[in-house]
Amino acid sequence: MAFSVPAKLEAELDELVTHYPQKRSASLMFLHALQEHFGHLPREAVEWTAVKLGLQPINVHELVTFYPMFRQEPLGRTQIKVCRTLSCAMAGSGELRGHFCGKLGLDPHHHGPQTTPDGKFTVEFVECLASCGTAPVVLVNDDLLEKCTVADCDRVLAQGR
Amino acid sequence: MPQEYRLILKHADQPGYTPDLACYVRHGGYDALKKALATPGRELPDGKKQSPQEVLRDDVLKSGLRGRGGAGFSAGLKWSFVDRRGGKPIYLICNADESEPGTFKDRQILYKDPHQLIEGMVISCWANDVKLAYIYIRGEMAKGAKLLNQALAEARAKGFLGKNILGTGYDLEIHIHRGAGSYICGEETGLIESLEGKRPYPRIKPPYFPAVLGLYLAPTIVNNVETLCHVKHVVLMGGVEYAKLGTPNNTGTRIVSLSGDVQQPGYFEVEVGKVTLGEIIFDRNFGGGLRPGRSLKAVIPGGSSSKVLKAGEKFKLRRKGADGQMSAVEVDLLDLPYDFDSLQQAGTMSGSGAVIVLDDTRSMVETLDNVAEFYAHESCGQCTPCREGALWMSKALHRMTTGDGRREDAEYLRQIAQNIQGRTICAFGEAAAWPVLSFVKKFNDEFVARGAADEAARASTPATAAPVVRVAHP
Repeated sequence: MAFSVPAKLEAELDELVTHYPQKRSASLMFLHALQEHFGHLPREAVEWTAVKLGLQPINVHELVTFYPMFRQEPLGRTQIKVCRTLSCAMAGSGELRGHFCGKLGLDPHHHGPQTTPDGKFTVEFVECLASCGTAPVVLVNDDLLEKCTVADCDRVLAQGR
Repeated sequence: MPQEYRLILKHADQPGYTPDLACYVRHGGYDALKKALATPGRELPDGKKQSPQEVLRDDVLKSGLRGRGGAGFSAGLKWSFVDRRGGKPIYLICNADESEPGTFKDRQILYKDPHQLIEGMVISCWANDVKLAYIYIRGEMAKGAKLLNQALAEARAKGFLGKNILGTGYDLEIHIHRGAGSYICGEETGLIESLEGKRPYPRIKPPYFPAVLGLYLAPTIVNNVETLCHVKHVVLMGGVEYAKLGTPNNTGTRIVSLSGDVQQPGYFEVEVGKVTLGEIIFDRNFGGGLRPGRSLKAVIPGGSSSKVLKAGEKFKLRRKGADGQMSAVEVDLLDLPYDFDSLQQAGTMSGSGAVIVLDDTRSMVETLDNVAEFYAHESCGQCTPCREGALWMSKALHRMTTGDGRREDAEYLRQIAQNIQGRTICAFGEAAAWPVLSFVKKFNDEFVARGAADEAARASTPATAAPVVRVAHP
């Protein structure tokens, strides 16, 4: 399938460029918008961004490889980010991740995001989500589940099937 | 009994309080901006004239407001360093990249009272002749970014932002910039690089002090969310009145994020220095104590990069007596006033105001393993000691928690940490080293015992046994 950015999205991105005195600044916001639209950032999205912002592709590619939120591969429709950091770990976030992996047949010892073969779920550990008072927390797409229990995890799985 | 003092979070949790502009205005919102914009200039006793902006900056300096992001540096002084003569535009960036483990205070403001931040920013921008400002918000706070964009649009529509603010002829634009999951973007020069569309490699100082060579190499102010909100209250109360809140040199209120092994984790806004660490943990208005049958083992007092404090530790604090003489007073960990200076004198820091409590069921080796993995993951990789050292420490700790510990590991960890601190471009080196140094120093016996137990277990295993396959890095 040929890569193309819809006119409406392109217009939004053109407006974003006006927020900055230097075009290059818009690259992170471009990548967010393109990832939201395409689900990940294929090479074409990187090249398209570079052309739009007057950069070399490497200037954009190095952002995709550095920032943990950007993905070069397609991810699951439901993206589950379990907080790994101290307060959540103390409240049992390791067990929650283990539960997700067990139910979805994923490797609980794998480092980094894992996607189910049917493309429905991606599970990963992430660092502090800044909600330590309601630990453990899990970010499901853009929704934060606070004081998350195993029952909450099962609900996420049921909804994403 | 110690109480909360809600200044910043006065309305945020009231029933029916919503994050929209109408609600904010009903609660006196943007009155501080009107007051600030009407500030008259004045003539000082020595005949020097101060512009309205200078009067306001002076007021912030007098308020004693210290940055709430981590370093606790005087906000007024930070503003005074800005190069106003070079002719370049001055930028202001709100650091909303809240990501120090244990911290969740800015989230409360961003999600529940975004207009308070915007008002604080507009006032701060006006006081510093800023025409263009950014809010750098964590990528994971996608909903927060949407809320802020909505709030900015509302403020623009009502003339609190944009061209000719409230008819004064002052123009200001504020834009949202989203991060993408990287802790180092909270470091101000890393944040600036990220805002320029690059990898967030922190810049070396000198020469790249943001006040002189910041965003696009122009003078730039970077302030934390909570700090900018306080500016609004400095304007409403006046700097001198504001300084009466809290304690000398530790003025105002601050939001403490409490998590870990307490019965009531949460955020509490307190007058700085009026509440002790023990009260925050044990008082029923705050943490409510530990779970039944547990006892206190350690406290991480200011985010995971602050040095850990051990239960029962005593500290010598310098205190001014009634006769005005300074003397040293011995204070127990639990009686430490929760403020910038006391924690610094106790050899640690109040950092971002995040208190993490550990009870007697916790293994310090496993706790440090968790913390070290965070820093190993988040090192930007620019400086060799940090890139290699943070990962090295994490690997050593992983080995210790998976049965391959050694008696000398505590000393080994200490040496690696000491080769990181002070040898990096930014303070991340210290952030990675300090937890390790303090854990292995204060809980040395526990680390040595763990290593010794592993050694004994290996010695009693027949050498012919098949090697145990271990997971390198879950």
